[in-house]
Amino acid sequence: MNARIVPGAALAVLVAGAALLSFAWTPGEVTGVDIPARLQPPSAAHLLGTDQFGRDILSMLMVGARTSLAVALVAVGIGMGLGVPLGLAAAARRGSWLDEVIMRGNDLVFAFPSLVIAILITAVAGPGAVNAIIAIGIFNVPVFARLSRGAALPVWQREFILAARVAGKGAPRISAEHVLPNIANLLIVQGTIQFSLGILAEAGLSYVGLGAQPPVPSWGRMLAEAQTLVAIAPHVALMPGLAIVLTVLGLNLLGDGLRDALDPRLRSTR
Amino acid sequence: MTRLLAPLAVALLAALPAAAQQTDLTLAIQLEPPGLDPTSNAAGAIDSVLYANVFEGLTRFAADGTIEPALAESWDISEDGTTYTFHLRTGVTFHDGTAMDAEDVRFTLDRARGPDSTNAQKALFENIAEVSVIDPQTVEVRLAQPDGGFLTNMAWGDAVIVAPDSIDAIASAPVGTGPFAFDRWVQGDRIDLVRYSGYWGAAPALETATFRFISDPTAAFAAMMAQDIDVFAGFPAPENLPQFEADPRFRVLTGTTEGETILAMNNHSDPFDDPLVRAAVAHAIDRQAIIDGAMFGLGTPIGTHFAPHNPDYVDLTDLSAHDPDRARTLLAEAGLSEGFTTTLKLPPPSYARRGGEIIAAQLRAVGIEAEIVNLEWAQWLEEVFTGHDFGLTVVSHTEPMDINIYARPDYYFQYDDATFRGLMRDLAATADPAERSVILADAQRRIAEDHVNAFLFQLAFPTVADARIEGLWENQPTQANPLAGVRWTE
Amino acid sequence: MLGYAFRRLLSLGISLWVASAVVFLVVEVAPGDPAAYMLGTGAQPDTVAALRTELGLDRPPLARYLAWTGGMLSGDFGTSYTYRTPVAGMIADRLWVSLPLALYALALSTALAFPAALYAAARRGRAGDLAVMGATQVGVAVPNFWFAMLLVLVFAINLGWFSAGGFPGWTDPAAALKALTLPALALALPQAAILARVMRSALVDILAEDFMRTARAKGLSRRQALWRHGVRNALIPVLTIVGLQFSFLLAGAIIIEQVFFLPGLGRLIFQAISQRDLLVVESVVMLLVFAVILVTFLTDLAYAWVDPRLRRRR
Repeated sequence: MNARIVPGAALAVLVAGAALLSFAWTPGEVTGVDIPARLQPPSAAHLLGTDQFGRDILSMLMVGARTSLAVALVAVGIGMGLGVPLGLAAAARRGSWLDEVIMRGNDLVFAFPSLVIAILITAVAGPGAVNAIIAIGIFNVPVFARLSRGAALPVWQREFILAARVAGKGAPRISAEHVLPNIANLLIVQGTIQFSLGILAEAGLSYVGLGAQPPVPSWGRMLAEAQTLVAIAPHVALMPGLAIVLTVLGLNLLGDGLRDALDPRLRSTR
Repeated sequence: MTRLLAPLAVALLAALPAAAQQTDLTLAIQLEPPGLDPTSNAAGAIDSVLYANVFEGLTRFAADGTIEPALAESWDISEDGTTYTFHLRTGVTFHDGTAMDAEDVRFTLDRARGPDSTNAQKALFENIAEVSVIDPQTVEVRLAQPDGGFLTNMAWGDAVIVAPDSIDAIASAPVGTGPFAFDRWVQGDRIDLVRYSGYWGAAPALETATFRFISDPTAAFAAMMAQDIDVFAGFPAPENLPQFEADPRFRVLTGTTEGETILAMNNHSDPFDDPLVRAAVAHAIDRQAIIDGAMFGLGTPIGTHFAPHNPDYVDLTDLSAHDPDRARTLLAEAGLSEGFTTTLKLPPPSYARRGGEIIAAQLRAVGIEAEIVNLEWAQWLEEVFTGHDFGLTVVSHTEPMDINIYARPDYYFQYDDATFRGLMRDLAATADPAERSVILADAQRRIAEDHVNAFLFQLAFPTVADARIEGLWENQPTQANPLAGVRWTE
Repeated sequence: MLGYAFRRLLSLGISLWVASAVVFLVVEVAPGDPAAYMLGTGAQPDTVAALRTELGLDRPPLARYLAWTGGMLSGDFGTSYTYRTPVAGMIADRLWVSLPLALYALALSTALAFPAALYAAARRGRAGDLAVMGATQVGVAVPNFWFAMLLVLVFAINLGWFSAGGFPGWTDPAAALKALTLPALALALPQAAILARVMRSALVDILAEDFMRTARAKGLSRRQALWRHGVRNALIPVLTIVGLQFSFLLAGAIIIEQVFFLPGLGRLIFQAISQRDLLVVESVVMLLVFAVILVTFLTDLAYAWVDPRLRRRR
């Protein structure tokens, strides 16, 4: 364990714990509307104050964490689920037309910034958390495909692969049984990084109205709605931003820490 | 912009030793026009900039909503009410210098009602049977049916007189007859107008006018506070108005609009085809909470589809007073004691987006689960307005005197009621103001008792202006910011 | 080298063609009719049909696709449905905001990252290094649009030094630059944090190289050695990151333009989507995609030029 994993993990556990807790309990109301109680500054009754509809901001942040974490997690899942097999296949058939098609396809998808993908999906299917997941997920595919292809190539040169080939195992089986375990650490580290990027991306998409829709709370949308209130109630805009910063910071620290712990070769440069 | 115009103002001051007044004005509005042809695009922002400034019609809306002569100096109406003879003003020229005459009027009206017409309000011209030129200053318009509203129709922004030669470029270089000529359009930022020296009427006090487009409430607040802009017509952040009211540099006008904001229900679809369910929705809604929460208190509660500032308005808000228990009882009577789930489709304006969230919470309190779907205007038009694919929606009906939409069973909320249609037929056939008033009151009561929609509030129109400016329109009888009478007082 | 460049150019062409087909299909499938939008709620069906004919929307999709792509090859992006002006001109106008904003942000982020990385690398492991690295760790985690809101709150609303949004045009370059300063700063901060981290590790690696030891042995101080030899060698990984980050910079600029209400490409695309101005949406998306593909292509070429082994296969 090192100095980054502990605070990183602590922040991540805090956010995940708050999200889970919100299923059972929140300190205040998140769906009701209480106009007379709106825009109150932080107090004992509302630790982080209330928003423009009189809802408890702390509770909104807890429920919003569910959206952020779920979107980012599933998006990383999509990226890994599609990207890693593609990358492994490309590595296994290095130099073939398959490799070329996969890698060019990757370049093509990579050329669409996730925001543009989200804009296009939203244009067809309307805004929503699912569309945000798909947009961020698609963006993650080439990231994992490139990474796993690059990491798998040197593995294919190793002797134990040769031995497996001699034993008559096919490329898919070798990829699954021998190559994948050897690049798993790298994937976990990249997964953590993409997870934190996913949280930022989800916030950005929700902010411009392409993400989760009301009444599902989302940190990005809370910020968008708070923007017009910045002059009269700054705390409404401050709190969701701080939540994003702390979550992403925690995940980044965790990712860096894991990288150092799992991949000693990289330690010296960090 | 004020900075850019400063050298010009200095030059003018030097040239005119006596005149100390400022003669330039920067007025901000929320939305940028998507083009500059009011006769082929419904966008209200076009009229906000051009109506009565660049373009004029035969008649026009005055600040109090009455109809007054514009390019037509006077008119004669035949006994049977089907022939209007318009006497045009003499000495009217377009901004390109050519004279405006009867041929231009015929061209404009024929273009608007022709088979290739792309006029967004083609219905205004449908009743016209023939337009004939009597002489260069006289036009005769023959109607198929007598229509008491014809002079009002001719005052709409969609009925302004256009120059035939300018049509090809009208969307980017409009040529009209108004007191100001179009100068240039910096897309995404502003439109500049300059005083037209050949104007037929009294010369405006302003030399130049700049319309800026600021839809972001924070930017609007900051720009106004910094006095980068002189006037903001339709200020987007009602939450900030108290700060301007407290500041002696500014004046806040709270005007009325023709915008009835309603929670529309799909009367043709289950369960809103049941009047009990509609009544339950109406009683579940707390109007004041919506006005406070979404508009920060700005807006007048309405109980029917009629503007409260209209003399014929009847206050029927008690028919749908906030009463959640009553709403639950009504739902139980309708056989929906468990509540139900529906969609609440919201267009972009903040009254709809903010109001929609509050409405969803209020409906949830009586057991109705309204799933919010945010839509862009284009999607709203296709899905809700044209496609009728919705349960509930929030929208403001900004057309003046539009209670007759309840007589159209194919209109998006699909209210189909013979009694109401009968009232509208009577109204069309009645000329006596007192009788009309009675019919209008019956019509208002009919839709309120039937709870066709939940009637929320009349949109207000807040204007923040430099305290030294006078002559601005306070109310919005039609969407417009006429600047001919606007001047600086010191 | 030429053969490699040609092969990559061919695949770039294919990529653009596929991208144009995808974009066109998606935008065409999307609900919402531009003619119905323009005419609003009072319009009659025959009026909408007349406008569709006038706009050329009644032609078959394939014909419109070919007209659009064919036009783009000759620099003609067609005519905007709502504004009735050439799309190319509209895009060019907006580029005069977006491109300076991106370059300004790039310059600012370099100006922030460069000294921070040098400082940290020279004090590797000491308090200064830890402080800088801690700050960058936070910087990476800050959403740029939230940072933008904070900048507006402090510098526009409370202090009144800058305007909260809008763009006065380039007639007064000083005012234009001032209007772009807060947006560029918001965009630059997270980029600077990433850049500083990459640059610092590159510098740290280089410090361990033999030629640096030689330089130190020749009597140069650690800082002098860093300046004379380290910086140049560290530029290669830094340029890589700048290339990779380009896509993020674009997406970020689109969002930041929303916060500051700048009339750039981002505003144009959101506006065009809400108005169903299909040709504008398609053309702006293609331009963004083209920009990313081009940057990737140039980065690849630069690598190949630096490292001949890469020319055969990437």
